Amino acid sequence: MKRLLTLSMFGLLFLNGLLANSLGAAEIKSDIDVMQSSFKLFSSKSFKDKTTAINSIADSGNPIAITVLEALLDGKLYYHKKNKDIIVIQDIGSKSYDLKNPITNFSLGEKTSKQLKKEYKKVGINNKLRGVLNEKLAALTIFSDDKKIRLSAARNMLKNPSSSTVDVLRKAVLQEKDAEVKELMSVCVAAADALSDDVETQLRAVNSLSGSLYPEIRLLLEDLNTKYTENSNVDKRILPAVQSALDSTKLKTGFYKQLENIFFGLSLGSVLLLAAVGLAITFGVMGVINMAHGEMLMLGAYTTFVIQQIMPNSIEYSLFVAIPAAFIVTGLIGIGIERGVIRFLYGRPLETLLATFGISLILQQAVRSVFSPLNRSVITPEWMSGSYEFNPALSLTYNRMYIVLFALLVLVGLMLLLKKTAFGLQMRAVTQNRNMAKAMGIRTGWVDSLTFGLGSGIAGIGGVALSQLTNVGPNLGQAYIVDSFMVVVFGGVGNLWGTFVGAMSLGVANKFLEPYAGAVLAKILVLIFIILFIQKYPRGMFALKGRLADN
Amino acid sequence: MMKYKPLIFRLLENDKGGKYFIAILLLLMIVVPTCNLLIPESSVFYISTYVVTLLGKYLTYALLAISLDLVWGYLGILSLGHGAFFGLGGYAMGMYLMRQIGDRGVYGNPILPDFMVFLDYKELPWFWHGFDQFWLAMLMVFIVPGLLAFVFGWLAFRSRVTGVYLSIITQALTYALMLAFFRNDLGFGGNNGLTDFKEILGFDLQSDYTRNALFVCSAIAVALGYFICRFIVDSRLGSLITAIRDSEGRVRALGYRDEYIKLFVFVVSAMLAGVAGALYVPQVGIINPGEFSPINSIEMVIWVAMGGRGTLYGAALGAIVVNFAKTYFTAAAPEVWLFMLGGLFVVVTLFLPHGIIGAIKKISAMKSKKTKASVEAQKLNISN
Repeated sequence: MKRLLTLSMFGLLFLNGLLANSLGAAEIKSDIDVMQSSFKLFSSKSFKDKTTAINSIADSGNPIAITVLEALLDGKLYYHKKNKDIIVIQDIGSKSYDLKNPITNFSLGEKTSKQLKKEYKKVGINNKLRGVLNEKLAALTIFSDDKKIRLSAARNMLKNPSSSTVDVLRKAVLQEKDAEVKELMSVCVAAADALSDDVETQLRAVNSLSGSLYPEIRLLLEDLNTKYTENSNVDKRILPAVQSALDSTKLKTGFYKQLENIFFGLSLGSVLLLAAVGLAITFGVMGVINMAHGEMLMLGAYTTFVIQQIMPNSIEYSLFVAIPAAFIVTGLIGIGIERGVIRFLYGRPLETLLATFGISLILQQAVRSVFSPLNRSVITPEWMSGSYEFNPALSLTYNRMYIVLFALLVLVGLMLLLKKTAFGLQMRAVTQNRNMAKAMGIRTGWVDSLTFGLGSGIAGIGGVALSQLTNVGPNLGQAYIVDSFMVVVFGGVGNLWGTFVGAMSLGVANKFLEPYAGAVLAKILVLIFIILFIQKYPRGMFALKGRLADN
Repeated sequence: MMKYKPLIFRLLENDKGGKYFIAILLLLMIVVPTCNLLIPESSVFYISTYVVTLLGKYLTYALLAISLDLVWGYLGILSLGHGAFFGLGGYAMGMYLMRQIGDRGVYGNPILPDFMVFLDYKELPWFWHGFDQFWLAMLMVFIVPGLLAFVFGWLAFRSRVTGVYLSIITQALTYALMLAFFRNDLGFGGNNGLTDFKEILGFDLQSDYTRNALFVCSAIAVALGYFICRFIVDSRLGSLITAIRDSEGRVRALGYRDEYIKLFVFVVSAMLAGVAGALYVPQVGIINPGEFSPINSIEMVIWVAMGGRGTLYGAALGAIVVNFAKTYFTAAAPEVWLFMLGGLFVVVTLFLPHGIIGAIKKISAMKSKKTKASVEAQKLNISN
């Protein structure tokens, strides 16, 4: 936050400089003169002198003032013992500091803390000065021309509403044009009013705070609630007002919390979907239990890692290369497995399970031998990091949003492939009646290989997505294999919709149980639920009906 | 009138493999303790205590494999969750051994095991009561896995969950148990499990005599487990069991309640697995939630497949062979072991569908055919 502030201030400084050149150099110049003369006062021992200096610096309204005053407040403003020059220090770790001239912002070199103490002395402040500084800083930032500075200033004030800063805010609210900033400012004012001694003001403020989503306000209301519950000799109207405000706040934040849970659930569901949809194809369409499916996810994730190693300078685009690459790599491996092993085991589902489990062990060990058993770090591109803040109680991370979107795209693509293409038609034909399909001239062996390749390839794509969420290591796949089976079994075999609904409902159920039961217990409960569910619906939620179900 | 024969001999009458198997077990029971206890260390024939314990561990695995073969080889249910029963039996034994430590633990608490003191338990959880009694712990070794198998089987078999679905939910079962046992607040020591055992029935677990006794107990348990399973599969019930494997619908149509038969076999198998677990723990000296991991349970399946399912002794053979290879390769070339195990899965399913025993039978059948054929040919030659 602070970095952002100083950054934008440098921007302002630059702008100001431009303006100064073209319009009125005199004004800026005089600001700086004022400052420089005030800086002399900082080396004085008298707090009165310092107050004068603070006042004149603040009154200049120059953005540099913010830097200086903040540094003073944080104890980062030093003066030279001999020539009284003012510097701002910046901690760069391991007990050394970067020294800067606050006006020119030029670095004066680095110094260790010993060297610093030898030449410079900290500008000391007391509590009274701290109050003055807070007030002046609030005024400076809250009237800034930059919306971001104003917004962050108001957000900072919300953390600690004190009467002195709020007086400034009251004026600022009236002047403020931007609705977003204005709303935040009035919440700030109300927060301060809620602590006031005047009952009427307090009541009005508490009422206006009702339903506010800021966590600070919630804490404030909770504090008030406990204070007034214990202490009965206050106005009778206040406690109910506080309680109703608190209830409304809790209700609203609770609502957004649920929304957030649903979103987390959906994103977990999307991960499950990406992991399980390939399995649904191989398991559902071909009746093959592919225990090596988790390893396809892992290989997809490792493909992402390799692609990023190949193109380290364009990480931003690496995922777009990694997706087709992972599809091809895992798809080919899948076809290889089908041709080499599974082809000989059709009609013996339990034995394919064992053989593919063996393959999964081999693949894991291969990855361990090639890439080392340690986790590999896959970089998240800039555009996928960060989060979008809807309101103070609800912010969603971009990477999860993209994954939800991506999972849906994959599902839609797969459905189109199954429903609209010749290959999809052949695949469905083979699923429904292998012998008849063969009689119609479909090369079933071919279709089998391609189907298996498709399922594996999609797992590879899922691996690319997973590499953005979890650690990429040789055991990545194992963590998902049981879950993927649960999804497929729960949703019903041979039905992409079933897989979709299964994945999403399991994801959401998991996330909703988590706050009550903890992550592990939630998982156990979901597993037990599935075990019981299978008893009732042995063929899953969306079971194939009629003749198809016989096999 | 028929001459009376003891049950054991009647069981082994037509079971050539079983005869060898029991003979080898008897031999081991005598040879291994003798070589460990009576022969001086300098001798070539000396077997170190480490090896005795290792063999004892293999024997518990063999019993586990026999129990799995009973449900997979004969009943046709591929259980991917037998590790759950094995682990539960192990935990029951572990709890007894834990209580035996008494005040000799690190914290010196006479009642609470160390991990409970560490986790700030105030008193013993209710399910730990009575585990200081050996007989109760032994009862629990049977009851807990049996009960779990009963409840699970009751639900699954009555609603006719079969095939792959059943395999997957057995896997879910053991996975859920693993997650549960990893939790500290379940009261079973969390991910550290139960360990630091001192003695069993008053005998020091580290002493050579106890180790040999445990080995002999394991061998006896394997033999008994073998007889129980053999008795079941040779009985009239056994014919029904194989019938269910081969055509469940037909058995049902004939009027048999297949779900009860399956339930019975499943519960017996779970109890045997529990016993295997209970014998495993004092020899290995630790039980932790890792025993419940789905991978372990799948590995058990490969023992059975490797040895040859549907033979019982084949399963035991497979368990011993695979685990011997595991011990050897994880020490000699750890990175090769997973390649080997993985390769084993593939090769066995592709080329040895009936395991080692199946291959041996096939070869001997071919040989006898050949000899028969050559005898015939000779006869023909002579007559010509």
